[in-house]
Amino acid sequence: MTMFEAILLTVATAATPLLIAALGELVVERSGVLNLGVEGMMVMGAVTGFAVAQYTGSAWLGMFAAILAGAAFSLLFGFLTLTLITNQVATGLALTLLGLGASAMIGESFVGLPGVRMDSLYIQGLTDIPYVGKVLFGQDPIFYISILLTIGVAWFLFRTRAGLTLRAVGDNHTSAHALGVPVVRIRYLAVIFGGACAGLAGAQLSLVYVPQWVENMTSGRGWIALALVVFASWRPWRILAGAYLFGAVTIGQLHAQALGIGVPSQFMSSLPYLATIIVLVLISRNKRLTLMNTPTSLGKPFVPDR
Amino acid sequence: MKKLMMALTIAASFAVAGPALAADKLKIGFIYIGPPGDFGWTYQHDQGRKQLEKELGDKVETTFLENVPEGADAERSIERLARAGNKLIFTTSFGYMDATVKVAQKFPDVKFEHATGYKTAENVSVYNSRFYEGRYVQGVIAAKMSKTGVAGYIGSFPIPEVVQGINSFILGAQTVNPNFKIKVIWANSWFDPAKEADAAKALIDQGVDIITQHTDSTAAMQVAAERKIKAFGQASDMIKFGPETQMTSIVDNWGPYYIERAKAVLDGTWKSHNVFEGMKEGLVVMAPYTNMPDDVKKLAEETQAKITSGELKPFTGPIKRQDGSEWLKAGETADDKTILSMNFYVAGVDDKLPK
Repeated sequence: MTMFEAILLTVATAATPLLIAALGELVVERSGVLNLGVEGMMVMGAVTGFAVAQYTGSAWLGMFAAILAGAAFSLLFGFLTLTLITNQVATGLALTLLGLGASAMIGESFVGLPGVRMDSLYIQGLTDIPYVGKVLFGQDPIFYISILLTIGVAWFLFRTRAGLTLRAVGDNHTSAHALGVPVVRIRYLAVIFGGACAGLAGAQLSLVYVPQWVENMTSGRGWIALALVVFASWRPWRILAGAYLFGAVTIGQLHAQALGIGVPSQFMSSLPYLATIIVLVLISRNKRLTLMNTPTSLGKPFVPDR
Repeated sequence: MKKLMMALTIAASFAVAGPALAADKLKIGFIYIGPPGDFGWTYQHDQGRKQLEKELGDKVETTFLENVPEGADAERSIERLARAGNKLIFTTSFGYMDATVKVAQKFPDVKFEHATGYKTAENVSVYNSRFYEGRYVQGVIAAKMSKTGVAGYIGSFPIPEVVQGINSFILGAQTVNPNFKIKVIWANSWFDPAKEADAAKALIDQGVDIITQHTDSTAAMQVAAERKIKAFGQASDMIKFGPETQMTSIVDNWGPYYIERAKAVLDGTWKSHNVFEGMKEGLVVMAPYTNMPDDVKKLAEETQAKITSGELKPFTGPIKRQDGSEWLKAGETADDKTILSMNFYVAGVDDKLPK
């Protein structure tokens, strides 16, 4: 394995959880709901994935359980904000705090246990191709899922009728409602999808990235995913670019440090954030296009009149 | 969780309704930088707290606040514990230093114990562990075991405690291989498993074949195991994460100190002090030497025995600073004050120390 290949693989692993969680949140926000609970749902996914994989010995079962856990947890958010019309920002924050606390409690007995690692793909012949083999055909399954998910979300949002309806709900829920679109039901589905994605992102952390359970192991990745959605001006391919840019600069600065180039490490550590913000702001500098992409009803409560 | 704990602490402070009820029980508070479930630094402090509870049973009552950031939050959290009636408070991270001293001024009848710092007061003690003694032994082992002659070192923040470790490690290694090198990566975090794993991968990709860390999770050990190289654990025995990888680990053993200090408060003999203890006093314990040939193991044990007996002090000259200037003359030993405020590298470290 060459150094270049090794770096590419590490970057992909670092970018994948951000990408998946951000894609989920993208769909949620496009439907007009702001769920700040990504971190909480992600960490719930991480602990559930770890626990189920530990009991069954199967990383795949762990992954599915994590998706379900994230979805179930987001349903709580959905019920509070969509049915009981609580404040979305406050509820989302509460969800994060609850997730961090609950996962610590659930995971207490798993601390200090080595986890089950999800096997990477291996296709004889293809994986062994020099330079590109391992990157294209030798990664973990969740990496491939994340790429398919990007294509899927982009296609769904901009190429299907259902996607158009979802965006309509996010842009103007009153008009959508007047046209007979079931606003609340669509938002529920979007919220659940977002939760499932966050759960999957969590599973990537505890089954692929660092196969172990430690409290608070997401360390703020949910918040980075949230920021990516905004800086990518609600566009799936820009989220992919942003996640990979963030991953690349993170890994790049670690390598630069190991080479001893003598730039202060505090600056290096902030570089991924700086670079990602600058680049995404630059590509979204067309104000009219950005406004067009911003879901107008984002975060606003919707109470259907009868 | 933190918020919940705080709420409970506040609730508890009301529930007790005056000091009369609490008088017979000594309330002891702990401030943690990470979660007790990190299986590293905070985990070991929590183990110490549990030993304390076990040993003194009914006489004490302990509370802890976890994941307390080093900064404005720290001051608020320490003050909360003081207001809740805790008479002895352990603040277990370097970055709590100024906050601890500040709160201590407001609560003169509360005793404070700050880990790894250097500022004391009438009611503020400082306790620190000579982890660097363990690092020296690790350096010796690393130089014996490494084929490439380069070890990777994952640091958290460039504070004296961590710099001591890096210097001690390279000094130990140089006794075996004068040309031994280390590559340092600063994670700028005590606890971010994924980032620690990335740092370990970057170091291995750049050709190191031994990983050592001064961050709190087991992630780096796991990466080393996956890449089939050797590594050292940190703070706790991490052998489960690398049965064929971990050569030893510096285990922080805080229990005896916590028990001693709680007893001192109970019988009224508590006095502010500044202690710096290591292998001799049992604060630094080495996990079993594994995954190395017998001769290396023997050398490691001998080195450890010499440090424990006081015959060998890691920071004994001749030692040059990284810039080539002389730090210690032959036979001269660094005093504790210099060690506790160490902010420079010794010769041989292949990194520029962030300031």
